[in-house]
Amino acid sequence: MTLAQQIAPAVSGEMGLNSLGFAKRPADTRVVVAMSGGVDSSTVAAMLAAEGYEVIGITLQLYDHGAAVAKKGACCAGDDIHDARRVSERLGIPHYVLDYESRFRKDVMEPFADAYARGETPIPCIACNRTVKFRDLLAAARDLGADALATGHYVQRRDGADGAELHMAADPARDQSYFLYATTREQLELLRFPLGTLASKAETRALAASHGLAVADKPDSQDICFVPNGSYAAVVQKLRPEAGEPGEVVHLDGRVLGRHDGILHFTIGQRRGLGIGDAETGGEPLYVVRLEPETRRVIVGPEAALGRARVTLRDLNWLAGDVPAEGLAVQVKIRSTRPPAPATLFLRGDGAEVVLDVPEKAVAPGQACVIYQGSRVLGGGMIARDISAKL
Amino acid sequence: MPSAVYLDDNAASPLRPAAREAMLSALGMTGNPSSVHRFGRLARRVIEDARAQIAVSTGATTAGVIFTSSGGEANALALHGARRRRIIVSAIEHDSVLAPAQRAAVCAEISVDGDGVVDVEAIDKALGPDASDVLVSVMLANNETGAFQPVADIAKLARARGALVHCDAIAAAGRMPCDMDTLGVDMMSISSAKLGGPLGVGALVLRPGVDIAPLIVGGGQERRRRGGTENLSGIAGFGAATAEAMARMSEQTRLAVLRDKLETGVLALAPTARLFANAVPRLANTSCLTMPGVANETQVMALDLAGIAVSAGAACSSGKVTASHVLRAMGVPDSEAATAIRVSFGWRSTESDVDAFLAAWGSIYARVAQAKRGTAA
Repeated sequence: MTLAQQIAPAVSGEMGLNSLGFAKRPADTRVVVAMSGGVDSSTVAAMLAAEGYEVIGITLQLYDHGAAVAKKGACCAGDDIHDARRVSERLGIPHYVLDYESRFRKDVMEPFADAYARGETPIPCIACNRTVKFRDLLAAARDLGADALATGHYVQRRDGADGAELHMAADPARDQSYFLYATTREQLELLRFPLGTLASKAETRALAASHGLAVADKPDSQDICFVPNGSYAAVVQKLRPEAGEPGEVVHLDGRVLGRHDGILHFTIGQRRGLGIGDAETGGEPLYVVRLEPETRRVIVGPEAALGRARVTLRDLNWLAGDVPAEGLAVQVKIRSTRPPAPATLFLRGDGAEVVLDVPEKAVAPGQACVIYQGSRVLGGGMIARDISAKL
Repeated sequence: MPSAVYLDDNAASPLRPAAREAMLSALGMTGNPSSVHRFGRLARRVIEDARAQIAVSTGATTAGVIFTSSGGEANALALHGARRRRIIVSAIEHDSVLAPAQRAAVCAEISVDGDGVVDVEAIDKALGPDASDVLVSVMLANNETGAFQPVADIAKLARARGALVHCDAIAAAGRMPCDMDTLGVDMMSISSAKLGGPLGVGALVLRPGVDIAPLIVGGGQERRRRGGTENLSGIAGFGAATAEAMARMSEQTRLAVLRDKLETGVLALAPTARLFANAVPRLANTSCLTMPGVANETQVMALDLAGIAVSAGAACSSGKVTASHVLRAMGVPDSEAATAIRVSFGWRSTESDVDAFLAAWGSIYARVAQAKRGTAA
C-alpha cells in the first residue's frame, strides 16, 4: 500500500461513493484499464492504482504490427504493447494482452475499406470504439468481475437524473466526444473516463511524469493506428481493389475534366489533388461535391455547390430523452474538426434528419454527425449518402 | 493477490531442489570448460557429469548428447541439421518443429484423430517406398493434451524405408520413460525446464552414427555440433533435475490422482465441460478441458486474478492467446477450442492446489454464466 493510500482513503467514514462512483472502498473496486501503451491510458492506470483501486491493465492486439509496417522480423506486437506492459510492471498491476485481430479486421478494417468503395469517408476509430472496445473489451471486463472499464479518452461521463450522460471533455482542444457518440447507455454505465475533466494534455503529461511513467514524453499517436505510414489508400486497395479503379472526373455541368486513379483518394469538399489544370477548368476553383461508386465518377463543382442544409443520418445512437415531432434545437458537428453548429433535429425511423441553420460545406457520407446540447452529447449517427442531389 | 497456485508445469516446472543445489555449486566455480587448466577441467567435469545423467535417462551414449539453449533449439537443430529434402510431421507438433519443417522442400503434415493421436497409416503413405530423403518428426506426448503418440510404430516403419526419425520428447521427458532404443528413434529433443531444471537449457540426443549439421558453427563445442561456450550452471541443473525426475517417476501415479480429481470436479460443476484426449493413454499430469461458453483468454486472466496459474493454447511472445492448432487438428470447432485451457501438474503440486482450482473455476463459471443471463435479459 502506498503512502497516499494510507493517508487519503478515497472513501471515508460513512460509506460514500468513491472517485469512480461506487459505494465501496477503492481496494474492493476492480477496474479494467484499456491500455494502449500511450501516455493517456498509462496515466489513467497510474492514477487509479495510486488511489488504491484493484487495477487490471488490458491491451488489445488489433492488427499484426509486423505486417502493417511491412518490416520483416518486426514483432507481431509492436512497441505499444511493450510500453503498456512496462508501465503495468512499474505500477505493480496485472497486465494482459487480448488478441482481437480477427474481430478488428471484421468490424473495423473491412468496413473501413467497404466505406471507401461506396464513396464514403469513414472514421475507423468510431467503429473501433463501438465494437472491439466498448462491446468486446467491455464484455471481457464484465466477465472478469470488473466494476468498471476505464479508458484514456478525453470525454466526460456524468451521472444525470436519467442515468449516465456523455459530455465533451473539459479541454475543448482534446475533446474526443465526436468519436464516442456511438457509446450506448448500457455501455456508459460501466465506462469511466478519468481524463475528461483535466484542463489540458500538459496536465496529463505532468501526471504521468509525477507517477514516474517512461511514456510521459511519448508522442501522441497519429492518424489511423493500422495505417502506420499514413497511406490509408494502400490498405483500402489491398482489401477492396475496386475502390482503386480509375474513373472520370466530371463537372456538375456534365463536362468530363479528366481522370482519377480511384474514388478512395477523394472526400467531399476536397480541392487539391484533383489532377485537373486551369486548361480544363477555365481557372474556376473546383471541389469534390459527390462520389459515385457505381460509375466510379468523381463529381466536382464550384464552392457554392458544396453547401448542405439537410443531413440524413443512419444508425442513430440516442442518449437523451424524447424528440418532439416539431424538432429539437441542437448543435451538431459534421466533422471532427468543425465546431458545433446550430441545427434542428427530427427523428426518422431508426435514423434522423438534421436541418442546419446555416448550410455546411464538406458534408461527407461516412463521417459522423454528432448531436450536442451545450456540452452534452445527445447522440449521433452516420451521415448517409445523399441520393437526392442531382447532377 | 491471493496465494499463488501453480498449475502450468508443461510451460515450466518449478526448479527441483537437487537442480538448485547443483546450479548454486556450479555458479561458485570459475573458468571456461574449454580451458586447459584445472579450473577448466573442473568445469568440464560438471558438464560431462550432466551429460552422463542425460544419456542414462534417454538410453543414449554420452557422445550422442548435444546441449542446446532450449528444447526449441534442439528441435531446430534436428530439423535443419538433418538436411533431408522431405519432412513428415504430425499436425500437432510444437511450433518449434512445424516452423522449420515448413521450410523443407517438401513438408507433409499428418492428421490426427479426435483424441489427438497421429494417423500411422497416413505416415506410411506419405513415406512412399523409398524414404531415404525423409525426416519424420513426431512428438512422444502432446504438450497441450498429453496424448501419447505411437512413436515406436512410426519409427519402425520409417527407418525400414531409410528415413531418419526425430522425436520431440520435451513434454514427455521426466514424466514417462523416454528410451531411444525402445522407441527406435534417431534423434530426440528434451528440455530442462519441463522436468524441473532451469529455463534456457535443452538437449538433442542422437543415436550413435547419426550425423547432424550444426546451426552454430565455430568454437568446436559439443563435438562441433553446437558452437558457443556452455551454460555451465544451467547444464548442471538440467542434469540433476533429470536424474531426480527419473528417480521419482513413480510420482506420476500421484499426479494422475490429482488430475482425475480435478477433472471429476470440473464435470460436477459443469456437466457439459469437455475433456480432451481422456479416452486415450496420456500424460498423468496434463488435462485439457473447456469451460462452456467462456473464452479461454478470459479464464486464464480470471484464474490468474484468483491466484491460479494455468495456460490456454500456446502463447506467443506478445502474450496473446491464439487458437490451438492442436485442438483444430483434432477436429474441435474453433468456437469450442476457444474455451479450452490446459492444466498441468508437477512435482510440487498438491491436493489443495486442486481444491483451490475448483473453487476459483466454479466461481468464474457461475459469474460469467450469470452475467450472460443478465445481458440476455
